[in-house]
Amino acid sequence: MTQGDEQHGGDRFPPTRRSVIEAVRSIDAEERERALEALCAAYWKPVYKYIRLRWNRPADAAQDLTQGFFMELLERELLDKFDSKKSRLRTYLRLCVDSFVMNEDKAGRRLKRGGNVLHVALDFSSAEEELGAAVMDPAAIPSPESLEEFFEKEWVRSLFALAVEELRELCAAKERERTFLLFEAYDLDGNEKISYEQLAQEYGIPLTDVTNALAWARREFRRIALQRLREICGSEEEFQRETRAAFGWDAK
Amino acid sequence: MKFLSDRALDRLRDSAEVPDLEGTPYRLLERVARGGMGVVYTAEDEKLQRRVALKILDVPGKESDLAKRLLREARVLARLEHPGIVPVHDVGTLADGRVFYAMKFVEGQRLDQYIASVDSVPDRLRLFLRICEAVGFAHARGVLHRDLKPANIMVGPFGEVLVMDWGLAKILSKDISRPARNTDPDATVFEEPKQVPAEQDTTETSAVTGHGTVMGTPGYMSPEQARGDVGKIDARSDIFSLGALLRFLLTGKPEETSAPDGTRVERSLAAICAKATAAGPARRYPNVQELALDVSRYLDGLAVGAHRESLIEKTMRFYRRYRFFILLIAAYLVMRVLILLFIHR
Repeated sequence: MTQGDEQHGGDRFPPTRRSVIEAVRSIDAEERERALEALCAAYWKPVYKYIRLRWNRPADAAQDLTQGFFMELLERELLDKFDSKKSRLRTYLRLCVDSFVMNEDKAGRRLKRGGNVLHVALDFSSAEEELGAAVMDPAAIPSPESLEEFFEKEWVRSLFALAVEELRELCAAKERERTFLLFEAYDLDGNEKISYEQLAQEYGIPLTDVTNALAWARREFRRIALQRLREICGSEEEFQRETRAAFGWDAK
Repeated sequence: MKFLSDRALDRLRDSAEVPDLEGTPYRLLERVARGGMGVVYTAEDEKLQRRVALKILDVPGKESDLAKRLLREARVLARLEHPGIVPVHDVGTLADGRVFYAMKFVEGQRLDQYIASVDSVPDRLRLFLRICEAVGFAHARGVLHRDLKPANIMVGPFGEVLVMDWGLAKILSKDISRPARNTDPDATVFEEPKQVPAEQDTTETSAVTGHGTVMGTPGYMSPEQARGDVGKIDARSDIFSLGALLRFLLTGKPEETSAPDGTRVERSLAAICAKATAAGPARRYPNVQELALDVSRYLDGLAVGAHRESLIEKTMRFYRRYRFFILLIAAYLVMRVLILLFIHR
């Protein structure tokens, strides 16, 4: 394999970063906080939307509960109890959300946030807009039985959106803004009718430039998405499982 | 942050599946099939200007169980040089971190599709014997297939038979590259399989599959495989699968005893199937050679070891085998009688 690796550029694959599950158990408070931020970035939107739909909470209460949930995750060290051999992280988190909301209801308390502050900007208005768009389409409203599926889909959406955002930043840093625009037009806008030729015409570039730019952007998107996934998985086995789930390879 | 519609998610998923072949001599042609581990594509080897098949894992990483299994499959194939086993050309890791191997591109049909065009039982049995040759060869090299089924057998345009998908193969001996005794390419086919006690089976295969893991396909999987009894799996587990394959060739299903048109399988063939698929490994054929020999004996009109014939069956078989001579002698005798009658009239 070594020879093949060298020959086929396997060294370009990024080294494994430390998983957030390990980092969140670290004794270093700064590392713990960074890990929680990574987790929060990937999961806050699915959690918020889930609370809105599953628990039928108004927007302001759901916002409070979402923030409260991630603070609780840190304060009560809930991730210490997570065992990647027993369940998936997102299933565990979803169950934690359920139990957190139920406990908050029982206690009948208003969440008071102080002390620890989340450093991830939670753009609730965008989450609300996305939710509004989904609710506008009756077919898209999840039934109570499919809420688990909904949570998974929102997790994938959130993960991919983060990867797309990072790709945009990467393109800007590398002065490849046009590459991102092509990627956005072809892969993200969901316009079935657009073709490579049309894009080449629109941007006044050769067709090969379009295909090369798209190939690069897709490769980078995949790399970033996998890197983010690796960060939020507790083990190699979980990473394999979650990757197949996120990219829909189990269903094909 | 941009909101991604469901359609955008699907597109991103589709584009992420496409492998990055940069830095390899291959140019992607088309997606052929998806399996449990990954996807098989056809590609053009631009250096050698030939078409190859690429088996590529979905998820990057060389340390995963699947990557280890794919790599082991490639190594197994590389060491099993036989016309009935698809040859592997290359193995490596793509720029995107996915492990792959390149193998010969086999144009042809899967056995379950091809079989519809083969009507005669003897032709089907000859096809079966070619499968036995490949499996027997692998056994002689200390390799068990463990997932023999029609979908894993390809029949090429010239009738060549190839046993595919060695992803679940079990290596009984570490040194499978060593040629078998009395190395005659044809003779090796029916060498005794190497048997090692279960406790010595510490090869990488066992590490990958582990004890208690059920691997195989229902209908073709031996009872010991179905139980996940890894320690008891040996060449006779493949013999069970071969027996189910033989039954499939005769009836269209691995567990049927009659053909789709209702005709029952001949007793001696049914006995061969029954012996090969006996629940207890000890009651099965001890090796592929014995199984193939019984099928060959049937084709030659001889008595098969799996079935004790009655006097009528023996007579019928004798008649079928020497029908031409019997009819010739009968015609001669009739002529003699007629001549005698004519002379004495």
